[in-house]
Amino acid sequence: MRFAVSVLTVLGIASIIGTVLKQNEPYANYVIQFGQFWFDLFEMLGLYDVYHSAWFLVILVFLVASTSLCIYRNTPLMLKELRAYREQATEKSLRAFSHQHEYSTTQSLEQVRQDVSHFLTVRSFRLKTVKHADGSELIAAKAGSYQRLGYIFTHVAIVIICIGGLMDGNVPLKVQELLGQKTVESRDIPANEVPKKSRLSVSNLSFRANMTLPEGASADVAFQRVRDGYMVQELPFSIALTDFRIEHYPTGQPKSFESDLVIMDPDLKAPLKHTISVNHPLIYKGIAIYQSDFQDGGSKLNFDVWGILSPEAKPIPVSGTIFGKTEFGAGANGLQLEFIDFRKFNILNLSPDGKGKPRNVGPNVTFKVRDTAGQAKEYVNYMQPLQLDGRAYFVSGMRSSPQEEFKYLRIPADSNFEMQGFMQTRAVLFNKALHQEIASRFALKALKPSDDVAVKNKFEASVVQLLGAFSEGGYAEISRLIEASVPQKQREAAAQTYIKIITGAAFEAYQLGQERAGIKNVKVDENTQAFLQDSLNAMSDLFFYGEPIYLQMTKFEQREASGLQLTRSPGKNLVYSGSVLLVLGIFAMIYIRERRIWFLIKPQQKAVLFAMSANRKNRDFEIEFNRYQSQLTKLLQS
Amino acid sequence: MANKQNLTPTNISDDPVPFLSQLGWKDWLYPIVLMASTVFAYSKYSQFMDAYETTFLFGAGIVFSLLGWSWKPVRLLLVGIATLSLLSINLYHGDLESVNHVFFLKFLIGSQTAVMWMNVLFVLAMLTYWFALFARSAFTGKVATSLTWTAILMGFVGLMVRWYESYLIAPDVGHIPLSNLYEVFILFCLITSLMYLYYEQRYATKQLGGFVLLVVSSAVGFILWYTFSRHANSIQPLVPALQSYWMKIHVPANFVGYGAFSLAAMVASAYLLVNKGILVSRLPSSDVLDDLMYKAISVGFAFFTIATILGAVWAAEAWGGYWSWDAKETWALIVWLNYAAWLHLRLVKGLRGPMLAWWALIGLLVTTFAFLGVNMFLSGLHSYGTL
Repeated sequence: MRFAVSVLTVLGIASIIGTVLKQNEPYANYVIQFGQFWFDLFEMLGLYDVYHSAWFLVILVFLVASTSLCIYRNTPLMLKELRAYREQATEKSLRAFSHQHEYSTTQSLEQVRQDVSHFLTVRSFRLKTVKHADGSELIAAKAGSYQRLGYIFTHVAIVIICIGGLMDGNVPLKVQELLGQKTVESRDIPANEVPKKSRLSVSNLSFRANMTLPEGASADVAFQRVRDGYMVQELPFSIALTDFRIEHYPTGQPKSFESDLVIMDPDLKAPLKHTISVNHPLIYKGIAIYQSDFQDGGSKLNFDVWGILSPEAKPIPVSGTIFGKTEFGAGANGLQLEFIDFRKFNILNLSPDGKGKPRNVGPNVTFKVRDTAGQAKEYVNYMQPLQLDGRAYFVSGMRSSPQEEFKYLRIPADSNFEMQGFMQTRAVLFNKALHQEIASRFALKALKPSDDVAVKNKFEASVVQLLGAFSEGGYAEISRLIEASVPQKQREAAAQTYIKIITGAAFEAYQLGQERAGIKNVKVDENTQAFLQDSLNAMSDLFFYGEPIYLQMTKFEQREASGLQLTRSPGKNLVYSGSVLLVLGIFAMIYIRERRIWFLIKPQQKAVLFAMSANRKNRDFEIEFNRYQSQLTKLLQS
Repeated sequence: MANKQNLTPTNISDDPVPFLSQLGWKDWLYPIVLMASTVFAYSKYSQFMDAYETTFLFGAGIVFSLLGWSWKPVRLLLVGIATLSLLSINLYHGDLESVNHVFFLKFLIGSQTAVMWMNVLFVLAMLTYWFALFARSAFTGKVATSLTWTAILMGFVGLMVRWYESYLIAPDVGHIPLSNLYEVFILFCLITSLMYLYYEQRYATKQLGGFVLLVVSSAVGFILWYTFSRHANSIQPLVPALQSYWMKIHVPANFVGYGAFSLAAMVASAYLLVNKGILVSRLPSSDVLDDLMYKAISVGFAFFTIATILGAVWAAEAWGGYWSWDAKETWALIVWLNYAAWLHLRLVKGLRGPMLAWWALIGLLVTTFAFLGVNMFLSGLHSYGTL
């Protein structure tokens, strides 16, 4: 038993490791987290999947063995105790009890026997009477004997639950792996090309595998994740997904995930149609099919691709599919667009203090842009402008590696909630051929008519110079310009002047852009100023955006995929019945109190010896003994 | 074997009276009224109820009838909850905004208001219990007990009305208020203090109220922080995984466990004080404390076992397996192993004394980690309440 308790302690500690260290992550994440040395050590110890590691299973097996042994040794003894009345107790042994009392009585043996028997019976004691040779009689009684069953039940329950759990764990697979019959596949290849060594047959006793099924597709294999790879689990039927639905609450949170499935099986006369949802799996041929998660199943998307550094404000339409790749441009500047994920609903909390209500901000797309050198950057773009601090922005996140957080670019939406306004202004500002024009227009407004030509030329030249710098690197370039040409003391003042000039020039650029787009009577209001300020910030940020293009989603045709989990767990019923036994056992152990009472009636001495014992002496027992003692005084000495 | 014939006993005055004969007219009136209300509710709303809900309704009627028989004060509580909740619901007139302008809802029995009253009353009750302990005042002790009962009444009214409110938000948002940390913390306060009151009556001692309400008041502190700092007291719709009838069973069963373990830990702290010779003359004897601690852990353990098993059955429906070694599951197992070892050493090895009390006290840390720490520090499937 001491061994079993130690084993349980080790089990507890091992379990804690598994909760602290995130289990079953892709192995690359662990390498990044721990470094190669610790990664190898932890892998050797099986810490990435503690609960299925060989040593953990061995502990479980030990637990089962030692508990079984405990049951085997103690059960006969317990059952004997359960049945026994201990009627062999002698006067000497009864007197040695800590809870005993002797009464002198004038009543006859028969009367005492009757009273005492009644006393015991109404208190749910069962009794046995033994006549001794010296004329005395011993009444041995007991109550609550079934407490002993509690011990047996709880221990048997633990064994049953562990066996059930081991059956449903991957012990058979582990054994096959050890024997070299099965190996884990880690290559990314189609399921039908996976070799037999990494396939688990239909007859596999227990498994927990996953399947991702796009709408309109069907499959007859699932994937079981094992460490850093997978195994293909063959199924005795095939499943097709006709429709996947997400319903939302008015607040935008998901309300239900449902998959319309069709089971196709030669054993069925007609295909079986069934809708599963979370909490409502389908069980067919002993295999439970659960709604587990969902993802994109290859949505078709259309984009306007804007060159963000070019002097053009004309987007190029591009289309793509999630999980697909689209080439953009050609030659050394060619880029490959790899579409990763599309989400139709995004619930975000955009209130400035984070205290407002989260709401749906519409679709977004995650994609990578890979250059000819093979370097890729990841982007996430929202289709519709988001409301941030009371203004609308097109938002795009960028990161160079998965470990980084996304850095966000905010492009202000124009008064029509479109990108056009920004792009036109930007195209003008980034078009060096137009800088002189902007400078002239700006000079007309900024200078007095009395100023002479030299002043005007100087002013225009400096505007052109500033715009040139800005169009090459945004505010960062301006600050380099200042550092290179302005003495330290005057830099602050210069920066303020330069920003004023850029802002003024941007205003001209905006109007010029609008005119070029064919808009007459350009309207200017207080929003224009804020829009231009945001635009200048965004233009400055464009130089850190990584790639010279911006993808604006214009249309989407969603195709979803449902994530199914398929399990066969023959140990389940064993575990459940073990659990019932466990509960019964615990209640028996805690709430049934085993007590024994003896009455030694000695007619010759006109005395009755009352003794009481319990295998657990606690306060309740003391109270009960004291009550009986005083009740018996009344009964026997009246 | 057993000798049962010809019994004509001389003295039967001490014979235990069969349970049903102990019941007076009040004991019969209560379940009759309760079952009649159940039938009335069923006749009125049966068209909206499925088989599970019908079972729950009648199951609740039966369970509360039996509970009223085995612990009489609970009857008055139930009547109070029903009266105030129905009154409150009536005042809403089906409009969520009523809570802002109807006087009684705004200041007394609206959902959030009732919970606030509960908070205030629990803290008051704790202070009163401590005062009663130091002043050795029996009357003050009685006041403390009444305050605790009133706090429980307000807490339950708050939850009941919240349940109703959730349906006012939208019919499909409506659900039993057991779905996030704010709601279960209220449940925790209620269950822990109810269990304490039960033992207070059984052991005829009011000296432990201050100790037990200390942990309840900490929970109240959490509720207040959660309400005012995190604004987490709003009703949120259920995520798909929580939309199951199992929630109504699994969560309360678990909180009977958590509540009982907390109760045991607080009694253990009183035990340790007595053991060190502190407050000996004011606190119950260490025998009583030891027994109470054992009883609380036993109840807690039994319910925690049931809750964990029911959780496993639910997990088998929702997550695709009865055991996924999810962080919450694993910590539930650790808590279970901890108290199993505690009971094992006490029952089988006969261990007693301060060691067990220390253990029960430390057990509260383990339990708290399983209850809160897992949500704060670990990730997993069971992340329904976040901080």
